[in-house]
Formats: sequence, C-alpha cells, structure tokens
Amino acid sequence: MWKEYKPNMAPKKNPMPSQDPKVRAHNFKEVAEGYTAEMAIDEAKRCLGCPNKPCVAHCPVNINIPDFIHEVALGNFEKAYEIISESSSLPAVCGRVCPQETQCEMKCTRGLRPGSEPVAIGRLERFVADWHNANFKGEVVKPTPNGHKVAIIGSGPSGLTCAGDLAKKGYDVTIFEALHLAGGVLVYGIPEFRLPKDIVQKEVDGLKALGVKVETNMVIGRVITIDELLKEYHFEAVFIGSGAGLPRFLGIPGENLKGVYSANEYLTRTNLMKAYREDSDTPIEHAKNVAVVGGGNVAMDAARCALRLGAEHVYVVYRRSLEELPARKEEVEHAMEEGVDFQLLNNPVELIGDPETGLVAKMKVEKMELGEPDASGRRRPVGTGQFREIEVDCVIDAIGTTPNPLIKHTTEGLETNSHGCIITKGESGLTSRDHVYAGGDAVTGAATVILAMGAGKHAAKAIDEEIMSNK
Amino acid sequence: MYKIVRKHVFNPTETLLEIEAPAVAKKAQPGQFIILRVDDKGERIPLTVGGYDREKGTVTIIFQIVGASTYKLNQLEVGDCLHDFVGPLGRPTELTGERVCVVGGGLGTAIAYPIAKAFHDEGKDVTAIAGFRNKDLIILHDEFSAAAPGKYYEMTDDGSNGNKGNVVVPLEKMLQEGVKFDKVICIGPVIMMKFVTLCCKKYGVPECVCSMNPIMIDGTGMCGCCRLTVGGETKFACVDGPDFDAYKVDFDEAMQRGTMYKAFEKKAYDEAKCNLFKKEAK
Repeated sequence: MWKEYKPNMAPKKNPMPSQDPKVRAHNFKEVAEGYTAEMAIDEAKRCLGCPNKPCVAHCPVNINIPDFIHEVALGNFEKAYEIISESSSLPAVCGRVCPQETQCEMKCTRGLRPGSEPVAIGRLERFVADWHNANFKGEVVKPTPNGHKVAIIGSGPSGLTCAGDLAKKGYDVTIFEALHLAGGVLVYGIPEFRLPKDIVQKEVDGLKALGVKVETNMVIGRVITIDELLKEYHFEAVFIGSGAGLPRFLGIPGENLKGVYSANEYLTRTNLMKAYREDSDTPIEHAKNVAVVGGGNVAMDAARCALRLGAEHVYVVYRRSLEELPARKEEVEHAMEEGVDFQLLNNPVELIGDPETGLVAKMKVEKMELGEPDASGRRRPVGTGQFREIEVDCVIDAIGTTPNPLIKHTTEGLETNSHGCIITKGESGLTSRDHVYAGGDAVTGAATVILAMGAGKHAAKAIDEEIMSNK
Repeated sequence: MYKIVRKHVFNPTETLLEIEAPAVAKKAQPGQFIILRVDDKGERIPLTVGGYDREKGTVTIIFQIVGASTYKLNQLEVGDCLHDFVGPLGRPTELTGERVCVVGGGLGTAIAYPIAKAFHDEGKDVTAIAGFRNKDLIILHDEFSAAAPGKYYEMTDDGSNGNKGNVVVPLEKMLQEGVKFDKVICIGPVIMMKFVTLCCKKYGVPECVCSMNPIMIDGTGMCGCCRLTVGGETKFACVDGPDFDAYKVDFDEAMQRGTMYKAFEKKAYDEAKCNLFKKEAK
C-alpha cells in the first residue's frame, strides 16, 4: 500500500463526465468528456497498489498500472505518462476503446466485493494521455538511425505500434497504407464520438516525429508486392498489419437491396469520408428506421451513428440475449441511454424490398430462444418458428469481418488458415515466409485494438532480434 | 501529389486527364481501375484505367461529368494536382481468346479501348463496336480504327453519324451471318451490357465478359458496397472483378443498386455548379 496518502475507500468509480444522452444522440462530439485533474487524483487514490498486480497480468501489453496510477495520485501526470509509454504506444486510444472490464479492471481488488467497482484504470489512462497531449512541450528526441529498413503494411493499431517500437530503436520504418488517411480502423471504423480523429492524428504525427514515413494510397499486393518490398526496395523485414477488413453478410434473401449496408461501408462513409458533415462530398442514406444486425462494438457504433445521422428509430437485432452481447458494457449502456432499441433473441431471415424503389422496406425476423452451449461456450440460439416483420428503410450488417485476401493472393508461400487468417509462429508473428511477420486482426480475425497493439509489439521485438542477429 | 500533365476535352460531358503517378503506371493493366480524390473533402471516385505510359510514369483516365465530384474534377487544369490517386485496383482483363469482339458504350468505350488495343498488340483478331448517343459524343475514333483494322463499327442512337442503332445491332448482324467469336467483352451502361449478353447467349458465343462499374468506396474489398450477384453468389467488383462472366451476372439487381444515390448526386451536382457560379460572380 502507498504511504504518501490514505486510500480513497469509496466503493464506486468517479463517474465519467459525459454529454447528456438526449443531446449527444444528435451530435458527433465525444460522448465522454474526461476526468478533471481533481477527479483523476481522487480516483487514483482508490488504487491500493496491490503487490500481486492482477491488473498488469490482465493487460495485453502489461502496462505497469499501479505505478502510473500512483504518479497520478501524486499529481505527477507526465511521470505517469512516461510509465504508460514504456508499454503502450497509443494510450489516448486505448484509454478510450479498450474493453477494460474484461481485462485490467476485471481482477482489480477494489472491484471484487459485491456492489463495489474496480479502479477506473481506463479513464485514468485516458486522462494521463490527454494531459500529456495538451501540456507536454518538450522536443521529441529522434533516435540514432541504425541503418536497417523495415516495411509495415497497414496503419492500424498493430502497424502503428510495430512502427513506433522499431523507430524508437533507430530503424528506418515506412508504413504503407491503402486508404488516403493513416489510422486504419481507428479512422474508418471507430466513430468520432468515441474516438476523436484528432487523437489518432496526434499519434500518427508522433510517429512521424520519430522519423517514421507514412505512404498513403499504397495498396500492397497491387502497386508493390511483398516480394518487391524485400528484393527491389531492400526492406529487411515486412510486418503485415492489414487487419480484417472484408465484411461478412448474412446470406439471406434481399441483402443486395438498396439501403442495405455492411457496417464497414456505413462507418467508412460516416467516419472516414465524414458524410455527416455538410462539406463532405460523400453521400449516405439518412434513413428513418434503421436495423443494425449484430451485437459487437461495431454494431453499437453503427447504431449510434445512425441515431446521429437523424434516424427516428434504431434497432439492434441480435439473435442471443443481453448476457451474450459481445460489445463493451459501456458501449451497450451508452447506446441504451441514447435510445437504441435492442431487439434481442431475434434473428433476421429475410429482407423485403419496396418493389417500386428497390429500397429495403421490411426485415422479417424469427424469435429465438437459448438452447445448449455451443463451441463458443455461449448458449446456442434456436429458432421458435415465430416470425414477424419490422419496418425499416436501412439495414446494417455488423456480423463480423474476415481478413482481406489481397495480400495472400499476391504473396506466394504465405500460409493462411481456413478463415483466411495468416498463420504465424507463436508470439513472434513470423509467417511461413522468411522476414515476413504479421499481427493484429490479419492473424486473429476481428479482435480488439489492444490485442493488435500487443501483436505489433511482439513482432517489433522479433524483427529487431532477427535483424540484429544477422549483423 | 499527382500532377495533371495533359487535359483533353472530348465534348461538354467527357474529358481525358493524363496524370503523373509512376507507381500506378508501372503496374497498371487493361481492365484495372484507380480511385482518386480531387481534394481533402472529396469523394473517392473509381475510374477505369484508360491508358498508361510506363516510361513517362503517367496514367490516363477518361471520365464523364455526372455529379459534383466529377464536376470538380473537370475544373482542374494542366499543372493542377489531385489529392489522392491509388491503384491499380481490381483484376486485369484476361487476354484469352483468338477472335474477340470488344463492345463499348458511351464512356465505356474509353475503357474498352485499352482492352481492344491489348488484344490487337497480342496479335489477336479484334472486332470493335462502340456506341454513342450522337456524333458529337464520339471519342477515340482513330484509336479504335487502329486497334480493330477494318472491323470497327461505330454506332449512334440518333443516327447522326450515318449508323443508327445501338451496339447490339452490328453484333447481332455479324452473329447472324455466322461470324464466330471466342469471346465478347462488353463495357458500358449496365442496360447495354445486359442486352449484349442476351444477344451473345442467343447465338451461343462461348464466352461473354462484362466490366462492372458499381458504386464503391475503398476499392480494396473493405466496404462491400460494390457487391453484385454472380451465379447466385455475392461478389465484390473491386477485388473479384471488375470483369465477370456476363452470363452469370444479375444485371437487373446491379441496375437497381446503381441508382442508390441518384437524388443526392443530382442535388450535389446542382449545388456544385451553383457554387462555382457564385465564385465566378464574385
């Protein structure tokens, strides 16, 4: 236990100041406004500094959580930032989008007793990162170049992390991004109201300050192949962090009607192309009744974007119950507060269009009930034979994505599994091809930002070891 | 930045731009496409590669002014730069078949031309058919004549060039007369491709390929906006195409999907013209 101050024994977290649900459901400004310094210090004092550090063990990048929180309690915010930075390259991002309740906060001693809540580790991480971004005035020290070149494919969380770690060691790193803007899922997927794009831009700028080159509009596989990167462009290693961008569809009748989107398309139009803004040239359907199919974070993001784009009624249609909903708890709560209508235990079986306009008009759903647990350990939804129709003019499929096959198709000898995920050897991320590493969703299938960051870190370490051992 | 090195205005609605993009020029092949953005607020516009010069490092695109974004694109002049230019995307056209007929309609002729030329350069027996609304809209006359010597048929809807009718007319006539093609490739409005395909089917042409040009955003397989039904399966034009077995494509669905943003496009186009007018008035 810390000696400098008495712990704050309040059983609950300091609440997060947030925009009122009725107001925020109609704007794209960030929902959670962040702790003040006083709140952060007060919250930090709830940490007991347990010697066994269960939080650290449950953090995919093992941030030294009690130590950084201790510094926050003492008001040493920059010191706290330095501690986080030892393990994480994107704290402002992770503080906002990590599923803390199933990671660091899950085993927090303060949250073990019924009715009590863990220390708000995520909120503190966010506070520290935002404080640093607003107040740090020092110069970034460029590492001494070591003369070795590494290429990173994709500028999402795994690529940015891998690039950052290698750049800090002096590598000459180039990130190749297929889209016109760096950030991957952080810019095209996660909406502004959950992760402001300025924050992502700051992280990318931070890497550039370290000397990382970012080449946008570069679809690796088409414009340059991985073999060419290695042989013609003389990169000594390549890290593939191309994500899981290929959307899945339900495969039910009517899915190609107008007004039916993949979540990727809906979110890309909204977030990357800023279709919600007057000055954007990209169109989006401003629908009245929107049904989002799925129960993950992406489904919550799509539903909440639809509200903000002016929908009167937004449904989340999910075939299991609330308990199985895979989204972060906070996202589900936020969506409910904003008025999203959860149609649980309902499975879409058909989309019916208006024969004149070709626009989707109705979604036919089957009432489900939960049976025995399936391979995922969750109870399997079983059809009841009861059907009904919901009136909709927009449907968004948010039922998952798989890795983009472009890299596989254009890289001979790169092995993938039956889901199209790149096969890697253990933690190093080494693929079936020499000098080619991979990590993040391209390897695991759609997962979280922090897991992708962890993979990027491990790969950076392995790449460094390989190149240094060949010297 | 991607500099415009040549601009050629064919007519009030169709323009050619040659753009400096060495990396794209190095890899581009007939049938592939690029995506560009005019400025940092711009839409991502997919356009099929109209030509490339690997030595000069340039790529040619030909576009039709249909909405706000293409209107803005047409305002650019030689020396101006595009904000983004990415490619080549999609799979190249397969240059198989000895006797081929390349059919282009309207702006589709701009895409059909490099394909006809590629077949011609490979020493294949090339027939070409191009259709336009009227004689003022005819483009690439000399180019097509060279790629399909003695076998180029140029049609106009209103007959103003002396050949009245759509592209199916000469195609059907040839097939009726017993001309054999191993393959027919059609590029143009979906309705035109549908009827070319029906005609090919009727006369038992072994292979008919269409180049689809649906609405898309990223062009790398991420958004699924460009999906279409081919042989009962959902395919993405950007990564599985843009060329497909025309006998299997659900053209009616593709036509329907193509109208998704018609109202928005019209409004945005009118606003863009209005804004420019205001600027000029100032």
